[in-house]
Amino acid sequence: MIKLKFTFCLVLLANMLSAQGQGSGSNMLLYSVIAVCAILVIWAMLGLASNLMKIEAGKHGLDPEKENYGVFPGLTDLFKAKRPSYAVGGTFHKFDKGFDINLEGKPTGSIEEGNVSRFAIRPTDFNGMSPIPKVTVEVGDEVKAGDVLFFDKKRPEINYVSPVSGEVVAVNRGDKRSIADVVILADKNISYKKFNTPDINEIDRATLVNFLAETGVWPLINERPFDLVPALDVVPVNIFISTFDTAPLAPNTNVVISGNESSFQKGLEVLAKLTSGSVHLGLDARCDHAPANGFANAQNVKKHWFAGPHPAGNVGIQIHHTAPIKGSDKVWTLGVQDVITLGNLFLTGEYHADRIVALTGGELHTPKYVKTYQGASVADLVKGNIKEGENRVISGDVLSGKQIDADSFLGFKDDQLTVIKEGNDYELFGWLLPLSPRPSISGTIPSFGKDYEYEANTNTRGEKRAFVVTGQYESVLPMDIYPQHLMKAIITNDFEKMEGLGITELTEEDVALCEFVCTSKNPLQSILRQGLNAVQEQS
Amino acid sequence: MALVDFFKKIEPDKKKSPLLHTAYDAFFTFAFTPNTVTKGGVHIRDGMDLKRLMVTVVISMQLCYLFGTYNIGHQHFVAAGQYLGFLEGFHLKLAHGLIQLLPIFVVAHVVGLGIEFYFAAKKGHAVEEGFLVSGALIPLIMPPDIPLWMLAVAVAFAVIIGKEAFGGTGMNIWNVALLARVFVFFAYPLTISGDQCWISGYEKIADGAASTYGWFHTGFFNSIFDWLGLEGFNTANKVIDGFSGATPLALAYEGGWDKVTTVFSESQMLWGAIPGSIGETNKIFIVLGALILIVTKVASWRIMAGMVVGLIGTTWMLNALGSTPFMTVTWTQHLMMGSFLFSMAFMATDPVTASSTNTGKWIYGILIGFIGILIRVMNPAYPEGWMLAILFLNTFAPTIDYFVIESNIKKRLSRA
Repeated sequence: MIKLKFTFCLVLLANMLSAQGQGSGSNMLLYSVIAVCAILVIWAMLGLASNLMKIEAGKHGLDPEKENYGVFPGLTDLFKAKRPSYAVGGTFHKFDKGFDINLEGKPTGSIEEGNVSRFAIRPTDFNGMSPIPKVTVEVGDEVKAGDVLFFDKKRPEINYVSPVSGEVVAVNRGDKRSIADVVILADKNISYKKFNTPDINEIDRATLVNFLAETGVWPLINERPFDLVPALDVVPVNIFISTFDTAPLAPNTNVVISGNESSFQKGLEVLAKLTSGSVHLGLDARCDHAPANGFANAQNVKKHWFAGPHPAGNVGIQIHHTAPIKGSDKVWTLGVQDVITLGNLFLTGEYHADRIVALTGGELHTPKYVKTYQGASVADLVKGNIKEGENRVISGDVLSGKQIDADSFLGFKDDQLTVIKEGNDYELFGWLLPLSPRPSISGTIPSFGKDYEYEANTNTRGEKRAFVVTGQYESVLPMDIYPQHLMKAIITNDFEKMEGLGITELTEEDVALCEFVCTSKNPLQSILRQGLNAVQEQS
Repeated sequence: MALVDFFKKIEPDKKKSPLLHTAYDAFFTFAFTPNTVTKGGVHIRDGMDLKRLMVTVVISMQLCYLFGTYNIGHQHFVAAGQYLGFLEGFHLKLAHGLIQLLPIFVVAHVVGLGIEFYFAAKKGHAVEEGFLVSGALIPLIMPPDIPLWMLAVAVAFAVIIGKEAFGGTGMNIWNVALLARVFVFFAYPLTISGDQCWISGYEKIADGAASTYGWFHTGFFNSIFDWLGLEGFNTANKVIDGFSGATPLALAYEGGWDKVTTVFSESQMLWGAIPGSIGETNKIFIVLGALILIVTKVASWRIMAGMVVGLIGTTWMLNALGSTPFMTVTWTQHLMMGSFLFSMAFMATDPVTASSTNTGKWIYGILIGFIGILIRVMNPAYPEGWMLAILFLNTFAPTIDYFVIESNIKKRLSRA
């Protein structure tokens, strides 16, 4: 590639010369052909030497792919992005592609008590679970935090447990008698079921896995591809944890980790026992200050620093750039708070499903952080804090979160609640003369600078159309993937192409930004899920 | 909003009159962004939609429209040997330009949009915006004197065979506007090539040929000008002796750059006061339009850059050979003649028909530059190469993408 560029520069140079000296065209041609040949020969010799150096370096156990051991610096070395000074150790990746959507309603202030009384666990939060799991509790039962609520009949060994202690007040059913959720009215003081924690340095992997499945932390693990609760016999090639979230209004994980450093570290050590490879930690190199010590000083992990706009914090992007999923490999991912829960289990012998939840969005009076537990009731969380008018409540962020009812519960994995305006208004010539500021990657819509916080609403800003614009998805997805061609392969059910184009490296949150920017307003996330389901059925 | 309520009240029934409803829907969504909200997937959407995308392209070519209209009149009076200064006889030139351009614009849109509306109603979906750009481009690439029936046939051919047959906006293989032009080019070659077609308002371009002023010239505008105390159209206007109507390209083919500069100065070519298709003569305004498209990221800069690279590289090779006068024309001189810049800014960058991968866009652009210059310089049958080069590469764009995609797939498989 470099050679090509170089030759091309040469051609341009010679062309400029020939443009000046008209008439002597054929002489110029001859000279420049000779010059090109001479330079190519020299280049080839230097290239040979460089390659020999690399082979030699490889023989000495150095990785010539990661560091340059060649004769001269490559283009990538010359233009390598500079690491921030605090980003020591591990690899560093900087992305240009992507887009930070700066919305109003960022959480601020210290962590407040959530004062949530009701919690629920939903079977529908787990991909691939049978619609009617076996519920082991009845309405009126008293449960402790860590007691089993239900299990999947296909995999009875994996328990789904209660995040709090209290009384089971409802087992709600949805379509076709499926279980919608199991609701618990929490005690004032949470009591915990005691587990006999094994010493992780002594037990074998199988015992550890069974212990995790029994205690209910197993479902915290997400298996890629397809986002599943892993089967007990799967050994992941690597485990990835992204320690920062770049999604719009996402909680600051430095707030979450503070005070939980030892639990987080313990969790990492447990995870290290589970994989045949390593535990990889994605660290934030976007700010001018280092991330919290709990992350930066984590032990027993491979560290990777990431800088650049959203989706730099998405674990899928981080996997793609550190140890991409190959063939039928399986990798696991966990969130920061999931690791803390896992660590706490081994420190205390109890299932602590504490969650710091960020209440965000422009339709809240005071966006803030609250301390509560998994599956908290939305009504309790936003009581007295929500503005009048038609709002949308989202469990998660505005890009890949799920719309939920105001009397519903946060998702199993979600640590963010977003409330924004419904945009069901007509706008006169809205496409031609946008009167209110709106976030956009397009140069046709005025940008108000990086620090401007946009008001979000749910209007589609136009109608759905066929794919027209090209290169748009690629410009916000820092991966070597062609999203538009992948989507077309999914729509046409072309399995070979789907896999070849890397469908297994993606999940909904990775293409969410592509969907946001899509000029033709196509539903990329649902197309992707449809493709993932199809591929999963085939394999 | 009261206005919305009013429009909602007059909405025609979809089942009873689908065509009327489609038309209503098109105009309603033109006036109001719909109140639909996101469902599943993302909750907020980028403010950009296809309407805005298309209108950006249309806006970026407005300067070409303004200049093109005036230039029709200017060329007309230059042929008559009157008002040789560019701004002399301003009102007459503008009036003549409008008389020529407006019917072309209206016919292109009525025929094109009519077909679009019909197919949209038939398929039961909304009218797609693709023709906004095609409709704006078609008048700019036609000669000013094109018979309107011919234009109508060409537009109908392009929209029905070139677009709707493939499934509508986003599915077509060839650029719709170029398809309309290529139809005229092969079906009625005399109206769009040679020296006769670029000057409007005369029976033919020959010494002493009479002007063909109609009612709009002598009746409508002359009475207005009369009332304002301005000079009117003189029916005695005729082509002066020795006027050929030849374009720079035709001259360059005969005698290289030297022959071109005996008739046109460089600044004249740059500013576009030369005969040619309506919108492609003013290079400055086209570059401005291209810059708008690049800055707003509406069109791919890779394709544009690729075309320039292709043009420079190929011209340099031809310069080195230098066996005909045209081959000695340098790349800067090539940029000043013909419709390279216009094709680069507005034609080749059509995202639907161009390559869809970033690597593919470079290859696509460079190949257009290469083939277009070859046709321009080497082929006596075709005075200009871009239309054919772009349509040719439109055909091969999916093949280019295929190889780019295959290499991505191979790379991924080799990891396993």
